[in-house]
Amino acid sequence: MSPTTLLSRQLPSLSYTSTPDRFDETWAAPLSTLLGLGRAAGADLVEFFLERTNYIDCLAEDDAITSITPSLAIGAGVRVFRKQADCYVSTNDLSFSGLKTALEKALSILGLTLPSATSFIPEINLEMFRDYATKKDKDLWLPQASSMSEISQVLLAANDDIQKKATHIQSRRAVYFRDWQEVLVAASDGTFARDIRLTQSVGYSLLCADGDHRSSISKRVGDTSNPSFLGAWDYQEDASEVAESAGKMLYADYVESGTYPVIMSNAFGGVIFHEACGHLLETTQIERQTTPFADKKGEKIAHENLTAWDEGLTDRAFGTLDMDDEGMAVQRTLLIEKGILKNFISDRAGFIRTGHPRTGSGRRSSYAYAAASRMRNTYIAPGEYELDQLFASVDKGIYCKKLGGGSVGATGQFNFAADEAYLIENGKITKPLQGATLIGEAKEIMQKISMSSQDLGLAPGFCGSVSGSIYVTVGQPHIKVDSITVGGR
Amino acid sequence: MTDVKTLFNNVKESATELGISKFDIYGATIDSNSVQVYQGEAKQIKASSRSSIIVRVWNDEQTMGVTTTTDLNPLGLKMALQTAQEASNFGVKENVPDFSPEASVTMPDQVDQKVPQAPVSELITSLLQAEKDLLESHPAITDVPYNGLSQNDSDRFYLNSEGALRQEARSYASVYLYSKTEEPGKKPRAAGAYKISRSLPELDLKGCVTEAAEKTISHLHYEKIISGKYPVVFSAEAFLGLLGAFSNLFNAQNILDKLSLSTPESLGETIASPLLCVADDPLHPENLGGETFDGEGTPTRKVELIKDGVLTSFLHSAGTAKRMNAQPTGNASIGAKVSVSPHFYHVYPGAKAEQDLSLETAENVILIDELHALHAGVKSLQGSFSLPFDGWIVNRGKKTSIESATVAGDFREVLKSIVYVESEPEITPGGLSPRVWVGELSITGE
Repeated sequence: MSPTTLLSRQLPSLSYTSTPDRFDETWAAPLSTLLGLGRAAGADLVEFFLERTNYIDCLAEDDAITSITPSLAIGAGVRVFRKQADCYVSTNDLSFSGLKTALEKALSILGLTLPSATSFIPEINLEMFRDYATKKDKDLWLPQASSMSEISQVLLAANDDIQKKATHIQSRRAVYFRDWQEVLVAASDGTFARDIRLTQSVGYSLLCADGDHRSSISKRVGDTSNPSFLGAWDYQEDASEVAESAGKMLYADYVESGTYPVIMSNAFGGVIFHEACGHLLETTQIERQTTPFADKKGEKIAHENLTAWDEGLTDRAFGTLDMDDEGMAVQRTLLIEKGILKNFISDRAGFIRTGHPRTGSGRRSSYAYAAASRMRNTYIAPGEYELDQLFASVDKGIYCKKLGGGSVGATGQFNFAADEAYLIENGKITKPLQGATLIGEAKEIMQKISMSSQDLGLAPGFCGSVSGSIYVTVGQPHIKVDSITVGGR
Repeated sequence: MTDVKTLFNNVKESATELGISKFDIYGATIDSNSVQVYQGEAKQIKASSRSSIIVRVWNDEQTMGVTTTTDLNPLGLKMALQTAQEASNFGVKENVPDFSPEASVTMPDQVDQKVPQAPVSELITSLLQAEKDLLESHPAITDVPYNGLSQNDSDRFYLNSEGALRQEARSYASVYLYSKTEEPGKKPRAAGAYKISRSLPELDLKGCVTEAAEKTISHLHYEKIISGKYPVVFSAEAFLGLLGAFSNLFNAQNILDKLSLSTPESLGETIASPLLCVADDPLHPENLGGETFDGEGTPTRKVELIKDGVLTSFLHSAGTAKRMNAQPTGNASIGAKVSVSPHFYHVYPGAKAEQDLSLETAENVILIDELHALHAGVKSLQGSFSLPFDGWIVNRGKKTSIESATVAGDFREVLKSIVYVESEPEITPGGLSPRVWVGELSITGE
């Protein structure tokens, strides 16, 4: 039967045989029918997101593998827009009837009425299937990924290596995860696209203790497209770095609270921009009026030294994607150029509610969440200074070599913790410091990033927000912040 | 979710095919509806019906493997069992997790406290009214950027191949409102409130509006604070947040892993002021999400953790209890490695204080309402914290909001320097606690 002659009353008798263990073109027919049903009920736009994951994490503690946890999941979410409101319903049931039940629930919640028995269900012409999995032989990624046996061997070897390099060890842990994800997006605007993602991360967590002195240092590396990533991990280099940092921090003094010039390290130091500015450029923040930058496009919001990007394209970076979770190809988005705000980070809902064009930034942790505008690989561009010039400009300040997590609140106040910090005196690093928390106002801090060196570095991170925890990259060269409040003792 | 007996039969059939004779399963289903509104309009509405299970299997060498899955069809279950069987080849060889000896003990009747869910339209109407009431409560409150009203039905079960079966079902509804102020020449200020109940009709929406409004307005007139040492009073939420961040003090698994501030020998030590008592009390009547059994099927119970300042017990799984010659306490979650966590802290006064303290008479005291960024500013293995907070400086009952500040210290010192535990407890989602007074802590303002 041609879909163009489909009547509403015929829906219960339809049966589809989509490929059960792969999202391919056989899913077009049932999804097209359901999208048509949603439009016939009066929805402005309907979107299905289907997901299958195969996840494993592994923990080595001291000289034993103490945990291997595989996790298998399937699920789907349907999002219905009506004017500026939307409803999102998620389910584990990927059968035609299961997806139809979820759709009908979403329509009903939005006050939309299912078409009468004799109404025609319009055909939704889906685009030619865009299968990003055909790029880079992604269908081979899962079978090529490290086996449980290989994972165990690498982590045990890594833990053995760090034992030789660190002193006063109380606990040494090596951790790994692999997150394989197959997604399919179909929407009533014709979107029909599939992708496979393979995200992996491995690293150390080291706790050292000597009497009442304790230090805890972690390091992770990550990748998004290399099945052989784990085998290529240079754990010896990371073990040396972690052991050295833990040794230095073991007897560190507590930082004296106050206001200081601060030099932030490159790579993960970029979490400052992520928290203090990146989140405030997401259209979800404009929708809630929780960003001071909502009406500042084209205006100077940062020091003229600062240029910043958000993109999904850097090869193998932790926030790299071929398409976002709304089926849009990702972009390289210029956020700030020489201090001037150029663009926001926008998704489908952001475009509908704020008018800012989509940037391929609709992301979610899983089918349990509706997509939201989220960052990908976000970093401050390299500047013109030599690193020595940054340090030479500081009489008394703090060097934040390793930053922990942070957050930004509804009023633009941000904070983040320094895991490894040092006192700078007369342009030189003098002694390690612990217990520093950096706090400030986003609007103010952006004007104080006065110097950037040339050594741009990227680092993997995890970002939690309205659509769950996602993989991102933070990055920057070394930067100097002229003054920032440092909480301590 | 497929009914539990059908699920058990499907698993049993596949297990037999795969040569698996010993297994257990913990599973849960959540049916939820939630709404958010913005400026008088429904913004986003969510509904979900999701199930997941975690299955553990033991192989012939008695090592154990696990897998979690959301695919509860027979084929999905079989795949999960196969994967767990493969993982069991890499399972630990010492201290292998086993069934809890209490998984089959008789418990009171199965808990079924589900109530019918209200229509989503009623959720929207109720939240729109709450937003309207909050916006009308003060001219400076211009926005309620974060809000939500949800109702959830939760079913959970544990079963094992030796015939243990436990199930329970509950409903609850919750609301949060977070309002923001805008005034010319002033920085925006924000604060919020949260309430939970068994059902929408029982939910104290008006109380949530009143609390959010009062807190937000109380921050309108703010001042910077000079950095220094101050006496500090923690609100129930702030103290429970800090206690939760350092819960490794009581966690037997963390202690065995040497990832705790305590050691096995710490029991009986004085770790806090004698004014303080702390219990984990999952069955407390105020704990609406209380669970009657843990992930291993062990019945939950009240556990005294600190009595008059003395560390009296740890929280255990079946495995940690066996290794430390104690009883399981019903605090386990199953996985390849069984983890331990608290349910619902109950903080209450211990020994009588030398004198009663009051914010009406105290001078230059910092009242901390809410701590932020606990995930970043707490070094739980070092005992230290440095955290931004919302709060006030209080002088003889007069509260002045603090513009922006952090509090820093060592949690073990905080416990020992408690000078007063008030008598009136406040209910929060994470537990029950009165306000707790601490002698002196470092505050960084300007």
